[in-house]
Amino acid sequence: MTTNQFMFLLFSAVIVIFSLLTVTSRRILRAATFLLFVLVSTSGMYFLLRFNFLAAIQLTLYAGGIVVLIIFSILLTSHINEKLSIPPLTKRIYAAIAALAGAILCIVTILQTEFVQKVFDPTRVHIRTIGEGMLSTGKYGYALPFEVISVLLLAAMIGSIILAKKRKD
Amino acid sequence: MFEGVPIHWFLVLSTTMFFIGIYGFLVRKNLITMLMSIELILNSVCINFLAFNKILFPEHLEGMFFTLFIIAVAAAEASVAIAIIINIYRRLVNIDVEKMNEMKY
Repeated sequence: MTTNQFMFLLFSAVIVIFSLLTVTSRRILRAATFLLFVLVSTSGMYFLLRFNFLAAIQLTLYAGGIVVLIIFSILLTSHINEKLSIPPLTKRIYAAIAALAGAILCIVTILQTEFVQKVFDPTRVHIRTIGEGMLSTGKYGYALPFEVISVLLLAAMIGSIILAKKRKD
Repeated sequence: MFEGVPIHWFLVLSTTMFFIGIYGFLVRKNLITMLMSIELILNSVCINFLAFNKILFPEHLEGMFFTLFIIAVAAAEASVAIAIIINIYRRLVNIDVEKMNEMKY
């Protein structure tokens, strides 16, 4: 077993176990902590694929930003010792059947497909390449989505401020 | 081939994570836990994009840019969703989806 295989199996075990715990844990703050573990090992997966910039973004933005936001909103909206009610058994069974059916269908399809896999290129992506790709308008340039995403972020910011502020009446 | 790790492993992993997120989204009633399930789903999609990018098409960076945009959209979505959740909590004092049956006050 190579190092890459070992690291992949380690990260994927952490991801699968902790995402199961995230969706089944009855204490909501613990569920948020398990989500943090999942996000950190996802960033480990990005490091494994040599996308170092994206892994750093994942660590700072997801693990540092979104999880903290979620934990703040948990603290604002529920008691810390509160336990979530167990969903009814029929609901759990139906949801598990739906999820399992979809998963089995997709996994069988994936395992039957032959992919043309290239030789692995271990160089990491240069930050200069990312910046040039973001701002170029030619082929494989992403100037338009970049502008659209900036407008989206501005709209989301204004929208969340307006939604969350206190009403005067 | 990625030094002993074929692309199928990545795809099976991201499928598993995606459907765990779907299960959580169907089962949970609390709005914040549903938001966490959505984060799981978005992350699994990101892994998928990056594996395709690195193993099948390493000469361009399309998967990486799409993952960047997904992360930005996820951040915007989380902030707006949490603003809505806090607003709902202020009006109804709980955030269970089954207790929300009125649209206007």
